[in-house]
Amino acid sequence: MSLSHGAHAHATPPTIAARPSIRTWPEINNPAAWIVATLLLIMPLIANGFFLIEIFATTLILGIVALSLMFLAGYGGMVSLMQLTIAGFAGYMYAIFGTSASANISLGWPWWLATPMALALATIFGTLGGALAVRTAGIYTIMITLAIAAAFFYFTNQNWPLFNGHTGINTIATPHFWGVDWRADIPFYYVVLAVAALCYFAIEYLSRAPFGLALQGVRDNPRRMAALGFNVNAHRVAAYAFASFVAALGGILQVWNYRQIAPGSVSVGAAIDILIIAVVGGITRPIGPFIGAFIFVILRTFALDFLVRIGLDGNRFRLLIGLGFLAIVFWSSDGVIGLWERWKRSRSASVGTSRRHGHG
Amino acid sequence: MTRFIERHPAWALIGILAVAILLWLIFAVWPPGLEEAIGRKKVFLNAVFNGITLGGLYFLVASGFTLIFGLMRNVNLAHGSLYLFGGYVGYIISSSTGSWILGFIVAFTIVALVGILLQIVVFRRMEGQDLRQTMVTIGLSIVFADLMLWAFGGDFYQIQTPSWLIGPVEIPLVTAVRSSGEAIYLQYPLVRIVIFLASIVIGVGMWLALNRTRIGMIIRAGVDDRDILAATGVRIQLVFVLVFALGAGLAGIAGVVGGTFSSLSPGEDTRFLLASLVVVIVGGMGSIPGAALGALIIGLAEQLGSVYIPTYAIVVTFLIMVLVLALRPQGLLARR
Repeated sequence: MSLSHGAHAHATPPTIAARPSIRTWPEINNPAAWIVATLLLIMPLIANGFFLIEIFATTLILGIVALSLMFLAGYGGMVSLMQLTIAGFAGYMYAIFGTSASANISLGWPWWLATPMALALATIFGTLGGALAVRTAGIYTIMITLAIAAAFFYFTNQNWPLFNGHTGINTIATPHFWGVDWRADIPFYYVVLAVAALCYFAIEYLSRAPFGLALQGVRDNPRRMAALGFNVNAHRVAAYAFASFVAALGGILQVWNYRQIAPGSVSVGAAIDILIIAVVGGITRPIGPFIGAFIFVILRTFALDFLVRIGLDGNRFRLLIGLGFLAIVFWSSDGVIGLWERWKRSRSASVGTSRRHGHG
Repeated sequence: MTRFIERHPAWALIGILAVAILLWLIFAVWPPGLEEAIGRKKVFLNAVFNGITLGGLYFLVASGFTLIFGLMRNVNLAHGSLYLFGGYVGYIISSSTGSWILGFIVAFTIVALVGILLQIVVFRRMEGQDLRQTMVTIGLSIVFADLMLWAFGGDFYQIQTPSWLIGPVEIPLVTAVRSSGEAIYLQYPLVRIVIFLASIVIGVGMWLALNRTRIGMIIRAGVDDRDILAATGVRIQLVFVLVFALGAGLAGIAGVVGGTFSSLSPGEDTRFLLASLVVVIVGGMGSIPGAALGALIIGLAEQLGSVYIPTYAIVVTFLIMVLVLALRPQGLLARR
């Protein structure tokens, strides 16, 4: 687990710097966090429908799914490639239990029944997958979760009675209540923002709660934790369960956003995109996945125009993503956050301030 | 073998029974009742043969994967890309020169060179950092996939089977008996049999090379303890490069085989990456006999599944993996 370890070693400040903020939320004293929060809240006033949904809501949804991976990889040391599969599973379950154009498949439950059902089933699915993955440790996790993701993709592709094969399920109904169409641009944006904020703060809180601290202990030294009386595997499976729930929330929002789901949504490439988002953003802190998702969505949306403008083939978007990912993995073990912090440190060093920089 | 029977008599009995039933199904003339229940014997035999030959192909892909993993602890998730690249190289060579065999040789050489390049330029720089290496292979697989899509487009390519291998051969296995009492024998494509035999030869050759030669001894020692081997004065980096070249080259050969068996298109890289992952997880990481056993099991499961339960076929493969992980997490034939 060298990547998360190495990153962790320099991202966790000595206790002196972290002590004052350990009991409160670290965001409270950070003016940048307040600015970002305000901007996100008044975004509908600034951005039009396209930017609001295609950029910001999509970023937040991908960020939620990547956040679940960040939680597992950053705090648990388990790089799971099946987080998107869990999200897709939740989406499929919502489509199957809810209402859609495929009347022979969908059961037509109302959204307030279909959503908890989908969340519960996806959490169970992810927990079982996690229980399988913790049978082996370290590098094997990536292989097993990748195998689960790929198997689910091929399964949705070849199964017609449940998953409607490669056409998938279309025109999925979205919630309408209190006289509001919750899929209209502005209400949907706020729903996504609220869920994203909830997940973000839940993980922030959990990382400092006894469970999160024990999980980080398990990541750093499973044998010592076992000797101290902690049940190592139970902690890992519990981490998978929680991460599955977060990923499932993202999956539900995803299916509300596109109103359709198909094997393409759970393809291996898409599952790897989530890893890319988390790693590019940085897997040591919960804000990383959102930064990564923002970069990814911006690239995906504008790379075509940009590539054509500089005289290249516009279809080479994935090449750009792959090369960017390689560059990040080569030069910064902590993604964009790591680069930013290194830059900040080198600047403060050149200014000559003797004050120690904490990064909490 | 005898130790296994002594230690797990129940499992051994189940295994022997399963093998006996399979052999009976293959060799016996099916009674009419059975044919009504599960379909014609010809379908079953074809599925079994397809499964075994597909297992041969999976073995070619997975053996390189497991060899690289066993020695270098490098989970090469770009292995599927090497497979597809080898297939495209084989297609270009065999369609331009008309020689199928030359396609194999060139594909092996070029893909092995790519492997050498990867090991020297990329992986040597991050030795011992498993996770980072894996991330890099993921990035490389994305880059390779897009470059190949750029160069070859989304079309399907099929490598032409040479004329001396075209056509079916008769296998002395009775599929049915005519009302006149005359037996009908199974017809099976010659090329698949030849390729299967070739993959057995390669497998046995690899086993011999690993167990009977000096370089094989060094590689086995490296799998067990890399650091001590390096301390005894073996130039370990040279061994790494050699093994990576061999593993990549095998993936290249498998690409040509796969291009002849079915076809080459974007997405095949993922398919064969999944196959090698599952084969290696089932058989045991780093074990060549394990890869052979896993490939056979997965190939058979996939083909029989797609014939008898078409929309749930992948689930069978997956359940096998789950079962192995639950009962023997290190894989069937892993030593640890």
